[in-house]
Amino acid sequence: MLNLFKKKPDNLPEFWHDYEVKFQEKLPKEIEETRFVVLDTETTGFDLKKDRMLSIGAVAINNKSIDIADGFEEYISQETFNPKTVKIHGIIQNERIKTLSEEEAVKAFLEYIGNSVLVAHHAGFDLGMINEALTRMGLPKLKNKVLDTVNLYRGTRIISNLINREKSYSLDEIAETYNIDIRDRHTAAGDAFITAIAFLTILGKLNTDGKLNLKKLFRV
Amino acid sequence: MKNTIASRIADFLKNYPPFNLLKKEDLLIISKQVKVKYLEKGKRLFSEGDIGHKRFYVVNKGAISLERDNNGKRETIDKCDEGDIFGLRPLFAKENYLINAIAEEETILYAIPIKKFKPLSEENKEVNNFLIQSFASNTRNPYSEAHKGKLISEKEPVESQYKPNNNLFELQPAPVTRKVVMTSPETTIKAAAQLMSKKKVGSVLVVEDNIAKGIVTDEDFRDMVATGAYGIETPVSKIMASPVICYPQGLTIAQAQLTMMKHHINHICITEDGTPNTKVVGILSEHDIMVSEGHNPSVLMKAIQRSNNTNELKKIRHKITLLLRGFLASNIPLNHISRIIFELNDATIKRIIERCIKKLPTPLPCDFTWISLGSQGRKEQLLQTDQDNALIFEDVPEEKLEETRAYFLELARKVNKRLNIIGYEYCPAEMMAKNPKYCLSLSEWKEQFTKWIIDPGNDEILLCSIFFDFDISYGNVNLSNALADHIFLLTKDNRKFYAVMGATTLRNPSPLGFFRQFLLEEDGENKDFFDIKKRGITPLTDAGRLLILYHQVKNISNTAERFEKLAQLEPNNKELFLSCAYASKVLLKFRTQHGLENRNSGRFIDLENLSKEEKIKLKRCFKSIRQVQELIKYRFEVTPYI
Repeated sequence: MLNLFKKKPDNLPEFWHDYEVKFQEKLPKEIEETRFVVLDTETTGFDLKKDRMLSIGAVAINNKSIDIADGFEEYISQETFNPKTVKIHGIIQNERIKTLSEEEAVKAFLEYIGNSVLVAHHAGFDLGMINEALTRMGLPKLKNKVLDTVNLYRGTRIISNLINREKSYSLDEIAETYNIDIRDRHTAAGDAFITAIAFLTILGKLNTDGKLNLKKLFRV
Repeated sequence: MKNTIASRIADFLKNYPPFNLLKKEDLLIISKQVKVKYLEKGKRLFSEGDIGHKRFYVVNKGAISLERDNNGKRETIDKCDEGDIFGLRPLFAKENYLINAIAEEETILYAIPIKKFKPLSEENKEVNNFLIQSFASNTRNPYSEAHKGKLISEKEPVESQYKPNNNLFELQPAPVTRKVVMTSPETTIKAAAQLMSKKKVGSVLVVEDNIAKGIVTDEDFRDMVATGAYGIETPVSKIMASPVICYPQGLTIAQAQLTMMKHHINHICITEDGTPNTKVVGILSEHDIMVSEGHNPSVLMKAIQRSNNTNELKKIRHKITLLLRGFLASNIPLNHISRIIFELNDATIKRIIERCIKKLPTPLPCDFTWISLGSQGRKEQLLQTDQDNALIFEDVPEEKLEETRAYFLELARKVNKRLNIIGYEYCPAEMMAKNPKYCLSLSEWKEQFTKWIIDPGNDEILLCSIFFDFDISYGNVNLSNALADHIFLLTKDNRKFYAVMGATTLRNPSPLGFFRQFLLEEDGENKDFFDIKKRGITPLTDAGRLLILYHQVKNISNTAERFEKLAQLEPNNKELFLSCAYASKVLLKFRTQHGLENRNSGRFIDLENLSKEEKIKLKRCFKSIRQVQELIKYRFEVTPYI
């Protein structure tokens, strides 16, 4: 009889196993004990299929503080190149900064994130980009839990007919509301840092009763 | 790996001591090890008796209040803002903290690892000196101009002495500057003048072996040099005032002021034993006393009008809060308090707008008016709350309309941002001039009000109630008056509108339940607290607004003043309206005191902590609310709309 639970013969590489095995551990209940990884990617454009990542930047949050030493910032060499987006992120092809191949960068990123909760602004896009890269490498999608600061920010707004809560807030708008310095905007690491500060601020705003935990955070 | 974030942190730190004294590479190494912490307003970072953290802290944004518990009373020792360092104790000693660090507002901190920083500070003598001085003195930044009076001398013990600051200002020790600019009697007038302009001081002490021989001030240069009486190569000893008036340390401000008046001088020299025969320890100037006397409205007003950056204004705002606290503590009548605080707030807003206009690349395309709404509009904003404002600009030709709006939106964005920085939070309902919905030309505003008043639904009434309480903060008063006239025209004898508005006024019924118990909040985060705004202040404000609109009285937006006016207009209801005026003042004072005590909006009150007397006072206020609500129900025939 066919054993339904038998794992299909896998030829997935070892680093993927190392990543996967970290998910056997359950996530903590409290926000203080959870490691969050706040990330941003710079890309050649907004088409998930055609465009490619040029860099990944991330910072980790432990116990509600951003640990600069626990950061991630890698640039990726790509064949695809889109002159239109150069003026946004300023990364030109063959620029003389140390770059990795896409595979190396994704591999390093998997090792860095482990089973942490991922946080990004318009998370669908950045995560989509990374998942596309994984697909090209013949790997499954990311297994991490994800929070989107657009949704979380919306949760801090009052419920009133006078404002449009369905609006999609840009990172610039949020930075302006919270008075966050927007230097290094449009570098992956810089945007990740801005997003991380916004995330911490939002946690403060949402935690009005002092009882906010991870479960509630996913329900915002 | 590139280090975008670490470089940014280094970029911030390098502007502040002691980090400005570090080598660039070292600073980057430290920056890579930083942790960035976010603290909610009111959050405690550490408490007296806590074990020292492994890091010390730099304020990146916001403010931290350093406090000590003194027999259950909180005593602020110092306030740290942008660039200030604190929590240094573990850097020097394996001891527990002796103070509490509490976030005075939303704060972002950079936490610097002591283990990594210590070797650097030990290598660099300047860094080490700065840290020791910061730690020892009450102030963290001995270089800061404002605090230089508190710098320690060799004679004082390293551990600082905390002084209670609840004393009368006049009885506090006068601020003494330790770094005295000195010169010798043989120095030429020219060289002395050069020294003074280099050090940016108005006087120089003439000394021999650290013994004060005389003093030369700006005034002496004017009277004796500029008049031609002495040449600039003459030694200063010829023109100095001598002997110098000397006093020992520990002079109070009152003593210092009296001495200065008696001798017609602006400076007092502090020597070891108070005679001119011992060494100079410091100098005390009239100016320093003035500066330290920041709690005086006229000094604050001048400071606001002269301020040249937003951070300066933010510091002044903090002093306004101290002033408010002092006023409340000394039981000064609330009308006076609100008026003074209103004027200071108003001046702050004006100053910000004035500066923002200058920042715009092109001059104003036409006249405009900046109006403050809500509590600032009613002159009832004692604590800093949200900012509610709007902008009216003159009518311009159709083709120029959007261009003009874009200009004013840009102005509004700048002003709203700066108001936010100094502590007025953004309005959660986005009722701010930077919102295109509330940055309109005069005709557009008129149209807007017509829509609201002709077809008043719940949202429209809410908007009306916010926009009816406006006060002009800046610009052309004719614009706001024209709008007010338009509103009166629309509302005159408009029974339907009054009835609907009356119904909204009654949506918060009298706060006393059956058996004369207080109605408490039944759910949410403030369960079992009494919501003084919803149950007390808002019903009164709503009632006052409706009644004054009914009488078509312009330019009174303060609730207490409205009721006082109503008492004049309706002699038969005089007693009720005066009691409402009184109630509105009492409730506002209650809220303000609670807000100051708990560092919040003061809106939710824990009844358990009220004294019997306070409860009786509150209940009396609520009786007036019930009566005025009855009057409205009857006069405006609101029953069908409730």
